[in-house]
Amino acid sequence: MTISNTSATPIRPLAGVGNNWLRDLAGIAIILAAAVAGYFLFPNNLALLTRMIAIMLFVLSLDLVTGYCGVATLGHAALFGSGAYAAGIAAAHFGITEPLTMVAIGALGGAIAGLVSGVVILRGHGLAQLVLSIAIIHLFHEAANKASAYTGGSDGLAGISPEPILGLFAFDLWGRTAYVFGIILLVVIFFLLRILVRSPFGMLCRGIRQDPVRVSAMGASVKSTLLKMYVISGLVAGVGGGFNAVSTQVVGLDSLSFTNSAEALVMLVLGGTGTLYGALIGTIVFIGVEDLVSAANPFHWLTIVGALLIAVVLFAPKGLYGTAAAIIERYRKDGR
Amino acid sequence: MTAVFQVDHLKKSFGGLDVTRDVSLSLKKGDRVALIGPNGAGKTTFVNLVTGHLRPNSGRVLMGGEDISAFNPMRRVRAGLVRSFQVTRLFADMTPEQHVALAILQREGKSGRIAGSFRAMPEVMHETYAILETLNLATLATAPVSEIAYGQQRLLEIALAMALRPQVLLLDEPAAGVPHSDTFLIESALAQLPNDLAVLMIEHDMDLVFRFAKRVIVLAAGEIIFDGSPREVTKDARVREAYLGSYAGAVNS
Repeated sequence: MTISNTSATPIRPLAGVGNNWLRDLAGIAIILAAAVAGYFLFPNNLALLTRMIAIMLFVLSLDLVTGYCGVATLGHAALFGSGAYAAGIAAAHFGITEPLTMVAIGALGGAIAGLVSGVVILRGHGLAQLVLSIAIIHLFHEAANKASAYTGGSDGLAGISPEPILGLFAFDLWGRTAYVFGIILLVVIFFLLRILVRSPFGMLCRGIRQDPVRVSAMGASVKSTLLKMYVISGLVAGVGGGFNAVSTQVVGLDSLSFTNSAEALVMLVLGGTGTLYGALIGTIVFIGVEDLVSAANPFHWLTIVGALLIAVVLFAPKGLYGTAAAIIERYRKDGR
Repeated sequence: MTAVFQVDHLKKSFGGLDVTRDVSLSLKKGDRVALIGPNGAGKTTFVNLVTGHLRPNSGRVLMGGEDISAFNPMRRVRAGLVRSFQVTRLFADMTPEQHVALAILQREGKSGRIAGSFRAMPEVMHETYAILETLNLATLATAPVSEIAYGQQRLLEIALAMALRPQVLLLDEPAAGVPHSDTFLIESALAQLPNDLAVLMIEHDMDLVFRFAKRVIVLAAGEIIFDGSPREVTKDARVREAYLGSYAGAVNS
């Protein structure tokens, strides 16, 4: 018995490459369009939109480890907060106030925090992993609280006054410069992450999420792959934290909090995991709803956010983006 | 010819229960060996000891003369000892093309690259499609694995093993879960394995064993009770007693 060669269907192995690039460019065009719309529609709310950008970077970094690698963590703010403190301390104590340098220092701080928490969190699996992540964020929080000479403790770290970007664009009272700076950072990082998740390394991570045993049977190291992703995630979270320090000019202990970690996870689940787009949409919806509802009803806004989350988990378990993408896909198939 | 794979006096016990008692065997290049034995004979434990998922109490595992007993499972794969799984272990939302390409990239040490796509690497694409075509999976190359039939998933398991270019391949029940009428698909896939590859197949389907293997090893109660040709195995009194039962009679008749 030989294998019959009836499978004569022509295959176009390279057909997908162009499609992917096109899709990413479309995604970036949508981000830019939304950014421009936000700028003109909410000229008085740029500070909120800028905070959204910092959190988007944070949630993107969480998507890398949770969405792509399947690591359950409630301690991811350790990476974001470390980035924020690294940039803030560099500015307030060491006079490094050039914004791009501050963001780079934030990225470095985040990467180091990623390495440290990765080493700890990746020792456990499942529930143990989750508990380790909670321990990590509390340790980071407490460390920042105790090191008040550098961090300002519970008062927060003030006295951050960034110079104009490249010596040209000063930060203005309306937050326009910060907003544009943030959008540029976001687009660049998002683009790089799209490349990352499609790379061989990104595929390996997706493999680990689905079956680590199979991955190790291929001769790949599950642990070092995950640790590498944790460091990359730390870089991204650190850029978000560093940018947050630059744009708000303060760093508070809440950036290193369990609540901050948990909220990021909620935003990610809301938008949908493992797509990067879901991270962006989840952040916009969560912070948008939070802002709207807390203005309308300052006492019960969390209830409404909770109800929204329950609705999404029950009726759109893949998250807003994941569900929308699935519906469009089905529609396309039917249309053919 | 020197043994490409060798197991020396492997022993393993769980508590007071000796699951593997002094097992020794060796494979040469191009060997096609079947390891059979009744349920509870210790076949799975043996596989886990060899692949490094379990530590033996004593004994050694060698690849091409090199002692790999201290290697973890990952390093054993890199040393050329690859296994397939009894129940398919695949990545549900990835395509056959991605599976095979990932295995090739891993073998070539390129799986850590954080930029670029295998689709833009002609040599990887070429080899991926060569393997998929050999196993008749090319038409399904871009369908998610969760959407392809189980028999084809079993073929993809074999494709992954081929993509890693092992020297020794442990096939853990390659036809498990495949309807009897379709085992010929698995069989013809196994016929495509490289000639110089040493294969140790653990299998329950005796038809497949007798057609595939040039040599049969019988494991019973943690011991090798037979190591010889398929022709002789059915005549061996100990094997009959331990395992084959009525099947031996059926083959002789």
